[in-house]
Amino acid sequence: MAVIRDMMPTFELLQPTSVEDTVALLQRHGERSWVLAGGLDSLDWLKDRVKRPETVVELGGVLELRGVRPTANGLEIGALTTLSEVASHREIVERFGLLSTAAGHVATPQIRNQGTIGGNISQDTRCWYYRGGWPCYRAGGNTCYAATPQSMNREHCVFGGSRCVAVSVSDTAPALVALDAEMVIRNTDGERVVAAEDYFLGPDIDITRMTVLEHGDLLTHIRIPSTWAGARFYFEKVRDRQSWDFALVSVASAIVVAGGRIERARIAVNGVAPKPMRLPDVENLVQGMPPNEDTAAAAGELAIRGARPLRHNDYKLPLTRNLVRRALRDAGA
Amino acid sequence: MAEKLIGQDIAPPDLVAKITGAAKFAEDFRAEGMLFAKLLLSPMPHGRVRSIDTSRALAMPGVIDILTADDLPAAEPPGERALTNEPHYVGEPILAVAAVDETTAADAIEQIEVDLEPLPFVLDPLESLRPDGPNARLGGNTIDGRELKSVKWTEADFAAVAEGKLPMGEPVQEWSVGDLDAGFAQADLILDDTIVHQSLTHHPMEPRSCMAYWQNGKLHLYGSTQSTARARVSLANSLDLDPQDVVFIGQYCGGGFGSKITMSPIMHVPALLSRKVGRPVMLRITRYEEHYIGRARPGFQAWTRIGWRNDGVVTAVDLYIVQDHGAYGSSGDHMSASAVASLMYQPAAMRFRGITVYTNTPPRSAQRAPGGAQIVAMLEPLMDKAARELGIDRVRMRRANAPDHDSRFGPNQGGLTSAYVREALDVGAEVFGWAEKSRLSGDRNGTRVTGVGVGLSPYVGGSSGFDGLMVIRPDGDLYIHQGIGNLGTHSFADTARAAADVLGMPWERCSVIWGDTSDHLPWSSVQAGSQTAHAHTRANHAAAMDAKRKLQEIAARDLGGSPADYEAADGRVFLRSSPSRAMSFGRAAERAIALGGEYSGRELPDDIHAVTVGAAGALAGQGLMGVAKDNYSHEGGTWSWVVGFARVEVDVETGEVEIKEYAGVADCGTVLHPRNLASQIHGGGVQGFGQARSQKWVFDPKWGVPFAHRLYTARPPGILDAPLVMDWGAVNEPDPENPVGAKGIGEPPIGAGSAAITSAIADALGGVCLCRTPLTTDVILAELEGRKQPYGRLDTHV
Repeated sequence: MAVIRDMMPTFELLQPTSVEDTVALLQRHGERSWVLAGGLDSLDWLKDRVKRPETVVELGGVLELRGVRPTANGLEIGALTTLSEVASHREIVERFGLLSTAAGHVATPQIRNQGTIGGNISQDTRCWYYRGGWPCYRAGGNTCYAATPQSMNREHCVFGGSRCVAVSVSDTAPALVALDAEMVIRNTDGERVVAAEDYFLGPDIDITRMTVLEHGDLLTHIRIPSTWAGARFYFEKVRDRQSWDFALVSVASAIVVAGGRIERARIAVNGVAPKPMRLPDVENLVQGMPPNEDTAAAAGELAIRGARPLRHNDYKLPLTRNLVRRALRDAGA
Repeated sequence: MAEKLIGQDIAPPDLVAKITGAAKFAEDFRAEGMLFAKLLLSPMPHGRVRSIDTSRALAMPGVIDILTADDLPAAEPPGERALTNEPHYVGEPILAVAAVDETTAADAIEQIEVDLEPLPFVLDPLESLRPDGPNARLGGNTIDGRELKSVKWTEADFAAVAEGKLPMGEPVQEWSVGDLDAGFAQADLILDDTIVHQSLTHHPMEPRSCMAYWQNGKLHLYGSTQSTARARVSLANSLDLDPQDVVFIGQYCGGGFGSKITMSPIMHVPALLSRKVGRPVMLRITRYEEHYIGRARPGFQAWTRIGWRNDGVVTAVDLYIVQDHGAYGSSGDHMSASAVASLMYQPAAMRFRGITVYTNTPPRSAQRAPGGAQIVAMLEPLMDKAARELGIDRVRMRRANAPDHDSRFGPNQGGLTSAYVREALDVGAEVFGWAEKSRLSGDRNGTRVTGVGVGLSPYVGGSSGFDGLMVIRPDGDLYIHQGIGNLGTHSFADTARAAADVLGMPWERCSVIWGDTSDHLPWSSVQAGSQTAHAHTRANHAAAMDAKRKLQEIAARDLGGSPADYEAADGRVFLRSSPSRAMSFGRAAERAIALGGEYSGRELPDDIHAVTVGAAGALAGQGLMGVAKDNYSHEGGTWSWVVGFARVEVDVETGEVEIKEYAGVADCGTVLHPRNLASQIHGGGVQGFGQARSQKWVFDPKWGVPFAHRLYTARPPGILDAPLVMDWGAVNEPDPENPVGAKGIGEPPIGAGSAAITSAIADALGGVCLCRTPLTTDVILAELEGRKQPYGRLDTHV
């Protein structure tokens, strides 16, 4: 049968107004359902008819998913809070500037007005084979089209490939990993809380999804503890153009310097692996060291140890190395 | 007498509708009983339809009918049809379904089974030229004149490919002037390099949606075109209709860049579907479909050797271009590129050799400065490299080679109407502050190194010989009928000023009539190749002179004296010696109607085009008609120029490039509309930034499937890629071969933007020419880090 793209099919649209109703609907419709927040990832999938849910549960009316609240130990951000809001919210800017900066680098102002923080971290990969509807491993097939000797893979991974070499492209995800954020997930069985680092899945764990969310699950909130409030933050995203582009590589770091030495550090990179990648070895290496050029250079080299470039993405090695260097260098500035 | 309108900033008459959204573009129209159509696109790069099973689709409620290639007029290879039984690229339309709504039509596509026999395909022109390489078309891989043929080079021709040198076998096109060996013998410095330029989709913001219906044997088509009067004629010819039986409506066009010069082949789908089913049919083209059928600029794989004297003067140019042709038609970008190189550098000796090779990629067409935009972005960094080696200032070097009014160029050594290139370089250097800014070259600020670039970009800027048509009605206003389209350049309005100025008419009493052929539009140039500013100031001037003569004759007849004693201004024709002896234009229009004959358009000049005769015939008797063919002198080629200056910062740790400032300065004759000129220089410049930096095609070489079919994967530039500081200027010297001094200016800005950036990046890299576009982050970083380049020297579609 022939294929048609870029043309929205019909589906049943459900628009609940509470989290409770939402999870009940997701439970009832199970694998046939799709959660729609800002739509920037979803609508591409739906219009291309590659993913074909029967029922779309649209969250726009679930007001309790919006907004930023202080908690006893930090902040709680509703999953439906827009990226523009996250980028400009006073308390996020003042205490967790890493996240607001990262949110401000997403796509374009228009997309940030529509896109949500929950959607940004839960979005699917942009591997053009997979998104083009090719029957790859991730899509349930039995090959990876992006890792053959002829494949076009400049935007694919240099770490963590396992039958799939797609990358996570979220800008806010590495920031949340570096901030030790927690994801609050609801389903009809109740609520569970997952560390940001554990929220994201590589293909070695489950090749069909990018996060721990299963059918029936709803990401409701993101909690940011005050652990890193006021630390030295560094975020940088390198892309081919400034208008609506995903990161080739991004880095997000939180570093506390005391007495001329790095007391503690969290560093994550994205665009290089199937999930935002925390760099614990680098964090350990730099702890106790002065944030100078030597430390930065050593951190950069360690960051890319074990990287395995594909045919067209060797540049991601020096790029990752240099971005990690810059994060450390910035801590000493 | 009123101040001349030419040279003033005046908002065009379509502006408010565009800004408020009241403007109706093709897909905004509706008609009683209208159906929607959707297309079935080829999934493979080359194949042949064995069979099509539409039974399930036709059985669906709401599905009305299906159009296939068998319903279309035939086309001789390599001609293209709207639908095909032998798709030559992934995404080529095979059939169309008409249904009561768009969703039903799309769902019906999914119920159709097309059995395709795969045929050999090729994406890279060089692969097709290998001894055993595949052909993109069954009839051959290149075109020589109008003849399709197969050209294969020898293994020996490909010997140096591993070292990244362009293979140069037997060419199909070639020309030379002067003694090449002698030219190189005179050179103190000779450089040669292999350079690759990508193919680029046009990406106009409005895709080529169209709606059609038939009434009483007439086709009414609502489409997006650059040239209204010509679209009607090309559409009529393609369907074997009398142009009188086609009504073309296209008042607004959301960009074309050369991809919508007249009709688009896809217009046949709603036209023929609606004739087949007897109901109006709307075909809305999606962004995804626009990528496939919306045309593209041909890519080049080229090699050049250039010789310079110690004083920077170019003595010889040897140029070989292998052009990526796509699957259809005939494209001469490589030939234009050779002419541009000859014009820009004025070598006494030059040889060009080239071949255009069919590939199983989307169809090519002219794109803003076809051939020119590619070659200037490719060669200008080499000029810089030579300037660096010879120790000559780069602007001075370009000045030393620039043509003047008497220069000749190209295979036929044709001349020019005017060339204020040195003046443009001087004004540009002043506007940009070249003397100070060029000293910043190589400056380091942390990890950022400054590069400063200059790029010169000429292109054809005018044709002649078309018709002007206007009527002064009894209300005393001037109605100027324009057959050119409303591409967004404002020339449909700006060229009407030539008529207003001849008649001394204030702008608020001028109405421009455009965009609907039932409003009686004259024969016009295509709005392409930057022709209209030149061609239609001439045509409108000629028709206004005709109107003025008639006004003078009527005034003399009624008020006494001789016609030559009368002048026209501010809606009156009056005796120069006694201005109170006057007649209003409204009264003159009434008198023209009463007098009839040529005054009211009942009698027409012999030399106007049949299309104008039809339009003027319909307007006859409505007032005083001005109608004429442009018979003004046009000696020499009309070429315009933009010189672009850019300052960039390259981050040596990331390969990112930030354009800090840009200035473009034009030689386009007399400036018609300053604000509009600025928008052409800046808009084209930004388009050039994308060409130099980010915009591209990517194909999977094994499957022949493209990936850069969405704006975010194709990466054309956005406003955030433009610098905050953008300046412009113009020489503003009149061209002697135009009655108001104007030359066109749409084309050259893109090459100037692109070449200024490729030049500035090479400068930031210490004079290293990476010799390919786009210069993406990965390519630059690999160079800075001394790592292997991500792509081979000759690789395309990466």
